[in-house]
Amino acid sequence: MKMIRGYPEDMRKSIDNVNKTRSKRIDQIIEDLSLEERKEVLDNFHPDYNPKYKRNISWGVNKGDNVPNEVADVIEAYPMVNPDDIDLSKIDYDVNVLIIGAGGAGTSAALWANYSGVPKEEILLVTKLRLGDCNTVMAQGGIQAADRPVDNPLIHYMDVIGGGHFENNPNLVKALVSDAPKIIKWHKDLGVMYDCTEDGSFIENPGGGTSRNRMHCSKDYTGLEMFRTLKDEIINREIPYLEFSPAIELITGETGGIAGAILYNIETKQYFVVRAKTIILTTGGFGRLHVAGFPTTNHYGATMDGVVMAYRAGAKLRDLDATQFHPTGAAFPEQIVGLLITEKTRSLGAQVLGRNGEQICYPLEPRDVEASSLIKCCTTTDNYIETPTQMRGIWLDSPLIEEIKGKGTILKNLSAMYRMMNRFDIDITEDPILVYPTLHYQNGGVELDENCYTSLKGLLAAGEISGGVHGKNRLMGNSLLEINVFGRRAGITAANEYKKKSTVGKLTLAHVHKSIKALDALNLKDKRYSPTILPEYRSDIVRDRLVQLYEQSL
Amino acid sequence: MSKTKTKEENATPTVKIYIMGSMHEVPASLTIMKAMEYAGFKFKRGAGCRAGFCGACATLYRKAGDYRIYAALACQTQVEDGMVLTQLPFVPAPKGIYDVDSLQPTASSILKFYPEVARCLSCNACSKVCPQEIQVMDYVQYCLQGQIDKAAELSFDCVQCGLCAIRCPAEIPQYHVGMLARRLHGKYNMSTPETLIERVEEIENGVFEEGFKELKSLSKDDLKKRYIERDFVDQKKA
Ligand SMILES: Cc1cc2nc3c(=O)[nH]c(=O)nc-3n(C[C@H](O)[C@H](O)[C@H](O)COP(=O)(O)OP(=O)(O)OC[C@H]3O[C@@H](n4cnc5c(N)ncnc54)[C@H](O)[C@@H]3O)c2cc1C
Ligand code: SF4
Ligand code: SF4
Ligand code: FES
Repeated sequence: MKMIRGYPEDMRKSIDNVNKTRSKRIDQIIEDLSLEERKEVLDNFHPDYNPKYKRNISWGVNKGDNVPNEVADVIEAYPMVNPDDIDLSKIDYDVNVLIIGAGGAGTSAALWANYSGVPKEEILLVTKLRLGDCNTVMAQGGIQAADRPVDNPLIHYMDVIGGGHFENNPNLVKALVSDAPKIIKWHKDLGVMYDCTEDGSFIENPGGGTSRNRMHCSKDYTGLEMFRTLKDEIINREIPYLEFSPAIELITGETGGIAGAILYNIETKQYFVVRAKTIILTTGGFGRLHVAGFPTTNHYGATMDGVVMAYRAGAKLRDLDATQFHPTGAAFPEQIVGLLITEKTRSLGAQVLGRNGEQICYPLEPRDVEASSLIKCCTTTDNYIETPTQMRGIWLDSPLIEEIKGKGTILKNLSAMYRMMNRFDIDITEDPILVYPTLHYQNGGVELDENCYTSLKGLLAAGEISGGVHGKNRLMGNSLLEINVFGRRAGITAANEYKKKSTVGKLTLAHVHKSIKALDALNLKDKRYSPTILPEYRSDIVRDRLVQLYEQSL
Repeated sequence: MSKTKTKEENATPTVKIYIMGSMHEVPASLTIMKAMEYAGFKFKRGAGCRAGFCGACATLYRKAGDYRIYAALACQTQVEDGMVLTQLPFVPAPKGIYDVDSLQPTASSILKFYPEVARCLSCNACSKVCPQEIQVMDYVQYCLQGQIDKAAELSFDCVQCGLCAIRCPAEIPQYHVGMLARRLHGKYNMSTPETLIERVEEIENGVFEEGFKELKSLSKDDLKKRYIERDFVDQKKA
């Protein structure tokens, strides 16, 4: 196969069409879809609406809820550890506030608990891998906040609710949009470098489904810049943290409510018992469950552990029927299939094109609609581009950005994207990027209120693990916002709880025993275990599993 | 049973790589990270975002017949025939403990926490090893000269993989130095727009409370109507 500047010769013909049509398209605007048309494309092409990929949860608080098979799989699974093997009388860490999962939500929670009066010795932050292995660090495009005079929180509110199909919890949306400017101000005070124009005002971009430009960004390393600053602060304030120590089960207190967690050191394979008065779950999302067989943009440890632990303890979940597929995952080269091509590429003007170089849809629909339109084009027409490994994709016309905004725009604003493609010899200032939808975000999760209380006493949650903020579909830039808004609120709530005098009593794992009984009653065909902790990619093991599944299906 | 390869797999071109001393034949199209998994390794350290953003997978390798040591992010680099790979244990360099509120955007703020910056030998080993192709030595030098703005901008794309610090003969933790430079620049040199400060005040004074009350009282159908009718002021729409 002959390669020309990163692309196989075969694909070059189609790239020529893209390059030839560019000047004609520069002012061409494709109409966005009406609510009815949106519904139609979603019903027919979004994986959420395909019953093949879903089933009902068979036990527990949310019994009967229709969720992706992969989510049901981890919920209908046995605990990793036999509760009788854990000695709860030996407490390894005794603190007031335990925060599980050190992404953006967890670090914000830890900082705000500390700012609000919980002494650092009374806080413990635990995480699965290294401090910094999380979805937050990967966020590229930006964070929304309505701070311009032509904008305001009420307008932001409407965008969030409409994007979420009017199914969001209004109290959570109000908290999200009202705290947004405060969060940006907090970040500025910490020294986060948000992109500014020459005159010192913020650069603010549009995003899918936003009616104003309100996306604040730090090039296309927004999450990295934000997270490394929060992490720097955690270390400066000497807040204790444990790495490579995922929680695998919550612990309940004799007086009712959640009172701690079991940690598992993945290197030494030891278990540790933590007792705490308030537990904040901030374990993030589920991309590494590969819902509906899609590749994912998510980090290695995004396996929904927190939802599993909370569910076993009886927490209520919501909106897990809705999964977010990002419209533009890389479809070529093979080494990076599924990795994110940020929506900011479209915010800055890139159009989505079929193989002859004509636009296939409005480029900034809400994510679920945009993704469905791309899937529709690749599955019901021949207007797609095929890669040497038979993947289908759509062109994202990145060179158009520089036609509109001038030479140098890409290097300045999309340096991560430029670098990623350039590592494989593709120059995105000259040639378009091939894309196809990829698994991106867990829209639903643990139910909470605006102070981050879940349905269980002693248990708070914040971030991607939670449900209700985004309804059935999150808009770009509202998740980086959510983790700060609700991470902060969870920290403040924990500090309020700290000031109240109460004890949790003797520790028990009664809820785990109860879950095992419920699972036994289901007579499951496969005996699975969860939380997943890390996905399995060793080829022989993956192959064995596929063969097993195949044999079972016969 | 499952070990027998399918026809397609046999047709995939492969390369030979050496992981911790043992040879493995892997599909040529894989990244170093996926090749190691293909060969049977399960990552615990050494993998994080799997997409070039977290720096967990910094790798040093050699190529067949070449004495030099190469550096890369394992998740972003394709395998080559004859690659000799080792996994680096991540050893975080010590970080200064400071309160940015009490500092200024000056060289002395940096030297206070990282006095070793003054010992930079200008050997450029750090820039050569950086998988993000950052001019690391230059940003270290900018810090020394008090050009915090330049240091902040130049170090911006750092994923904190630590490779530069591993190679530094003067034991400078460059990526921590860059972090402090960026925080000082972001906090002191980049202004906070007035519009932001005013908006925070408006919210604190409850300016939008009535509006929220009204929006929350709308029926779903009325909300939908509002949504469809909302105006777009910044974007071109058909
Ligand atoms: C590639 C990419 C780009 C994105 N771009 C944007 C964007 O531009 N704008 C935007 O708003 N949003 C974006 N998002 C979404 C956003 O980044 C995430 O939703 C958000 O950062 C999640 O934050 P979190 O703190 O809830 O979870 P994470 O940041 O994922 O943190 C969760 C942490 O918990 C740890 N953990 C998991 N299980 C356990 C366990 N059992 N015990 C202990 N610890 C555990 C994880 O290892 C991780 O460190 C993007 C997401 C991705 C993947
Ligand atoms: S500057 Fe150092 S830590 Fe940062 S990316 Fe380059 S080598 Fe890695
Ligand atoms: S490796 Fe160390 S001594 Fe050499 S140029 Fe870089 S910072 Fe200076
Ligand atoms: S795993 Fe994060 S940079 Fe490679």
